[in-house]
Amino acid sequence: MRSKLESLLPYSLLAPTLLFVTLLIVIPIFQAFLLAFQSADGSFTLAHFQKMAADTSFGDALKFTFLLLIFIVPLQVVLALMMALLIHTRFKGHTFFLYIYAIPLAISDLAAGIAWLAIFTERGYLNSILNQLGILEKPFLFLSYQNLPAMFGTIVIAESWRATAIVMTILLAGLQLIPRDYFEAADVFGANTLKRTLFVVLPLLRPSLQNALIIRTIFAFQTFSVVFALAGRVIPVMAGESYNWYVTNRNPGVAAAYAVLILIFTVAATWFYFKFLKTSAAEAGYD
Amino acid sequence: MAGIHFQTVRKIFGKTTVIKDVSLDIHDGEFMVLLGPSGCGKTTLLRCLAGLERVDGGRVLIGERDVTDLAPRDRKIAMVFQSYAVFPHLTVFDNIAFGLKMQNLPSEEIKRRTHQGAELLQLTDYLKRYPAQLSGGQRQRVAVARAIVMQAAVLLMDEPLSNLDALLRLQMRAELKRLHAEIKATTIYVTHDQIEALSLGDRIAVMQDGKIVQCDVPMNIYDYPANKFIGGFIGTPPMNFLQGAVNGDGSVSVGASNIAPASSLQAAFAARNGQPILLGIRPENLTLASAQQANTISAHVLVVEPLGSHKLLTMQVGAEMIKVSVAPDQSIASNQDVWLHFDPEKIRWMDAASGEAIR
Repeated sequence: MRSKLESLLPYSLLAPTLLFVTLLIVIPIFQAFLLAFQSADGSFTLAHFQKMAADTSFGDALKFTFLLLIFIVPLQVVLALMMALLIHTRFKGHTFFLYIYAIPLAISDLAAGIAWLAIFTERGYLNSILNQLGILEKPFLFLSYQNLPAMFGTIVIAESWRATAIVMTILLAGLQLIPRDYFEAADVFGANTLKRTLFVVLPLLRPSLQNALIIRTIFAFQTFSVVFALAGRVIPVMAGESYNWYVTNRNPGVAAAYAVLILIFTVAATWFYFKFLKTSAAEAGYD
Repeated sequence: MAGIHFQTVRKIFGKTTVIKDVSLDIHDGEFMVLLGPSGCGKTTLLRCLAGLERVDGGRVLIGERDVTDLAPRDRKIAMVFQSYAVFPHLTVFDNIAFGLKMQNLPSEEIKRRTHQGAELLQLTDYLKRYPAQLSGGQRQRVAVARAIVMQAAVLLMDEPLSNLDALLRLQMRAELKRLHAEIKATTIYVTHDQIEALSLGDRIAVMQDGKIVQCDVPMNIYDYPANKFIGGFIGTPPMNFLQGAVNGDGSVSVGASNIAPASSLQAAFAARNGQPILLGIRPENLTLASAQQANTISAHVLVVEPLGSHKLLTMQVGAEMIKVSVAPDQSIASNQDVWLHFDPEKIRWMDAASGEAIR
């Protein structure tokens, strides 16, 4: 009797999480698939996908989603790596910088988008400062549909500011898992800072880099609030189009089709990282 | 090749001074062991030499070169870490070659020296493996090979055998001794294992509480410990200590008996009339006697442990316990009362208050 109770214990401990995941993730995913592939009378259809692909914004949404991903993910990973390496040197006052770096973690993405809107808008902080310094005579229109590269640039900056901290946190945690002996051995055996980073730190950090890339890429496919705050639908992205089809066009079917497409891209990207960044068990140091 | 000179080296962690103005001169090609209990500062002293810690005072010299302010990579040293620190993402070959690659040597030379090092440590069959595919002992060999191929004038070892099991440790100990005889690099070896220290060292520097309390050849450390701490730290079992008091005639009363100090010490004892004193003697320097004679004390046998090569006896002398080592064929049983003979030449007398040896 007692052993039966004991064997049930792990399941009872897992139950709340399982319930949470089922109600809030598994069922909605299932419903999204239903919405995406079902016609009004309940039969199987690809009409929603056809409608999605035929829309004039579809190509732009794909293009800008991938452009943002290509610009933001490498930039963030490099920035985050530099920040993590800097913090990891434990220079005097490094905790202060850690807190500064971590501030964006506490701010919701829409709030971050609005904050950056206040900076980049026609009479925003940036234009005021440039004007007072005498660099600009009249405001520069960062956020104009006539200047897409500038607008795109502001989104890259805002997104990088907002989400680099999470990448840094993952990488710093990874760095702290590496025993200091490895760094010291590299020093003793003649590596300078650059060589040590290239030949010892980065290879040992590979599992964390992989995690950071996966998480960051998944988020990049879902980019929405910051883009919406800064560019509205001038720069369409996939998650934004999904929202637009659901709320403005009242078409849950096409919205769900977008959601399914995002899911497919996400799974593909994750598979790609696992396949090409995989550390063999031996290299990772497992027996 | 180069000697090493610590000149009043000081190291402070927060409010604790862990190295207290240590000076030590190590000769070219010497095998010097830093021995002490954990927390005595021996590893910190080694790390100061490696450049992994900055000293807070004093100078560190390798040969004629003042390396005090140099980065580890500029000190021309090689090191074996306690954890081995063998890079898990590199093969055995790349691990051994790591230091050579950092020096940008021609690839032919890297290959030649790496294979040489692998051969010296019997790793030739494992060059393509990753450390995770090796046993602890093999990983340890990789760490040693990586250090040796550097052909550095100075080789540092931080408790390299402490993570191995007992049998492997015994093998590697002899192998390290052979290696040193072969490569002749000035070697500094940190350990808390007194057997390792006695076995390997040309000289041993015993550290206690951030200071070197004795530095001498192993047999002198063993036979003539400078104080009670060293006598009690070195030897298995360690030195026995008995309380005594100096008599007017220069002899010492221990319990009901009198022991006469060696003649060379008579002047020192004359000045200590009536003072308490500590008698230190190693278990193997005590012999059993059938009757009372000069320099014997009555003792009661509590425990007899036959250990193959010898018998270890635990005895009660007055209120104190001592260990005695006798030949395996000595007939003795527990609860027996015997006379213990103290060889005056083998006794190490110490000041009862300070624990310092009387010379």
